[in-house]
Amino acid sequence: MIANTKQLDNPKDKYFDSLKFAFYCITHPLDGFWDLTHEKRGTYAAANTILFLTLLIRILKLRFTSFIFLKVYWEDLNIFLYLASILFPLALWVVGNWGLTTLFDGKGRLGQVYMATCYALTPYPLIQFPLMIFSNFVTVDEAEFYSVVSALSLVWAALLVIAAMGQIHEYSAGKNLLFTVATLFAMLVMIFILMIFFSMISQGVAYFISLARELMFRM
Amino acid sequence: MRKKNFFLRTGMAVIALATAFLQPLQVSANTNEGSYTYNYDYWGDYMDSADFYNSCKVFTSSELGLDVKLKNPQGLFADGNTLYLCDSGNNRIIELNRVSPEQLEVVRIIDSIKGSSVNTLNNPTDIAVSEDGNLFIADNGNARVVKVDKDLNFLLEFVKPTDNTLDPKLVFQPTKVVVDTAERVYCIATGINKGLIKYENDTTFSGFVGATPVTFDWTDYIWKKLASQEQRAKMESFVPTEYENIYMDYEGFIYASKARTEDQARSDENAIRKLNLLGSDILVSNGDWSVGGDLYLGSGGGYEGPSILTDITVMDNDIYVCLDRNRGRLFGYDDQGRMVFAFGGNGNMDGYFRRPSAIDHVGHELYVVDSLDNSITVFVPTQFGELVYDAIEQFDKGQYEASGESWKKVMNQNGNYDLAYIGIGRALLRQEQYEEAMKYFELKYDEDNYSKAYKQYRKIWVEDHIVIIVIVILALFLIPLTIGRIKAIRHEIDTADIFVIEKKG
Repeated sequence: MIANTKQLDNPKDKYFDSLKFAFYCITHPLDGFWDLTHEKRGTYAAANTILFLTLLIRILKLRFTSFIFLKVYWEDLNIFLYLASILFPLALWVVGNWGLTTLFDGKGRLGQVYMATCYALTPYPLIQFPLMIFSNFVTVDEAEFYSVVSALSLVWAALLVIAAMGQIHEYSAGKNLLFTVATLFAMLVMIFILMIFFSMISQGVAYFISLARELMFRM
Repeated sequence: MRKKNFFLRTGMAVIALATAFLQPLQVSANTNEGSYTYNYDYWGDYMDSADFYNSCKVFTSSELGLDVKLKNPQGLFADGNTLYLCDSGNNRIIELNRVSPEQLEVVRIIDSIKGSSVNTLNNPTDIAVSEDGNLFIADNGNARVVKVDKDLNFLLEFVKPTDNTLDPKLVFQPTKVVVDTAERVYCIATGINKGLIKYENDTTFSGFVGATPVTFDWTDYIWKKLASQEQRAKMESFVPTEYENIYMDYEGFIYASKARTEDQARSDENAIRKLNLLGSDILVSNGDWSVGGDLYLGSGGGYEGPSILTDITVMDNDIYVCLDRNRGRLFGYDDQGRMVFAFGGNGNMDGYFRRPSAIDHVGHELYVVDSLDNSITVFVPTQFGELVYDAIEQFDKGQYEASGESWKKVMNQNGNYDLAYIGIGRALLRQEQYEEAMKYFELKYDEDNYSKAYKQYRKIWVEDHIVIIVIVILALFLIPLTIGRIKAIRHEIDTADIFVIEKKG
């Protein structure tokens, strides 16, 4: 497709146009994600909005999904940890992907990887929100509809993320899949290193604390 | 003198220090004990409960007025107001008359029978009484189940089944026995894991029924393939487990309990099976958790592992009570497999047990035999317990309104009792108050009943609002259609020859 390169001078118009472009991206992933960066159709504001909506829907789901599908043990729920369950893997993915692809001819920059990944999340709020309302009007016999559609939103988003990375970095399909798997490994490695880092820090801090305690005890 | 005083003082100081250090340990060992009666909620959280049963009296040998003290009693059978207690260690059976829960009278002591080649009993572990009044005694040490009439005249003898698959060297040791209305005998024997041994009423062996299904992990299977001969011998083998005990309910179904392994308990497998005539399991297990006693298997007070349900009894309202010999607890379940109550524990106080072995019921009263304490503990329902029973029985009789009222009273006495909420909901559901019922079901996460109520509610709503719904749907179709049509007409007018020519002109 030849990109529609109309000039939008007003930043507000640009924002709404880039937000609307998310719909084009999820229905025409290859074209859409190419234009997203190469034709500068996407904006960070729109990417942030999509991410914010995703997080918002994820929290709303807890309260407004029918208990048939989602039973929440409120006593044990930490809303920040719950949000981190999206934000942390996202951050790992973005950093891991950029770190790897930048060494192997990837054309995408860190910000572009973030933007494209956020755009690829669009199906989640788009499907989960109506689904959340729908869940209150069904019985257990009709639960299959819910689970199928819910799974669909996740699979769709996952495929979009893969497609987006290929377009951003200008990779061939094979290389793209290879680097998707490699990024997943990179995420694991980063988690491992973070865990070592944190345990070392905590041990280091504990050492100095005990040293100080000992000193206070002696003096 | 001074020196002695010094020793005394240091000694005292050491003792004081030791107790000071030990105290927190002792306290922490006791803190996991909640109330005597408890239940589990949807999340498996431990919920304190109002007492469901009170121990009314404990009968030991002296209370019963026995000359020879009870020794390792293993079985109990209630037939109306007559209780048969198998005093296995003394090779006798004691027939008791229940006058009231506080008064048991010894009627006779059965230690020998008439007309058999072996006229004494040897370690009788269980007894069952048929409708005709004949006694069936699992005469463990004599390798037989013996049938005698009520005057103890020998009638028949059920011996080791002639079956090729049985090891010929195996000594037949029947431990538990039940008998159906046609006097067919079902028994469990030590070392036979093929299911219940079934005899026709003329002592012919007619097969094994209801063997427990063999389950194993595929990981276990792989390990076994890799293990050496010696290692394999040490592993658990993939064979059916033996049943612990059996009970025949008033409808002729056999409730059988088996000891679960820790893995089975963790995967929430039922420990109780309800066997029909074909030997298949028809137990309803609609509760939040499996029928198997405690959910937490960790050690507490020196006991760990899953509950071992050593005996069961089924009341006429389909509530069955299981006796856990591991932690000395009683678990009641309703016909849907939901936990009604759990109480008890190991200890020396009344209402606690040391090694419980058998349970039976008269009406709503429970009689529990302790084989180490050599006693019978009688439990009577509290007011709270009676209310729950009332509510359940009223529901079974179809008195839904009364049942709902009773459940409300139950809820007033114990707001943490999930069955009360679901009970109120079910009563409302039967009274066709669907919206109210949905609220109660949602509170306790009962999705099946909620769906039942919601389906009706939705149907009624749609029927009431059918006109609006039709109008909305029509509007959704017609408005875009008319708009399109108008646009088409306008377009036609705009492009019509006369106007175009006019414009040009």
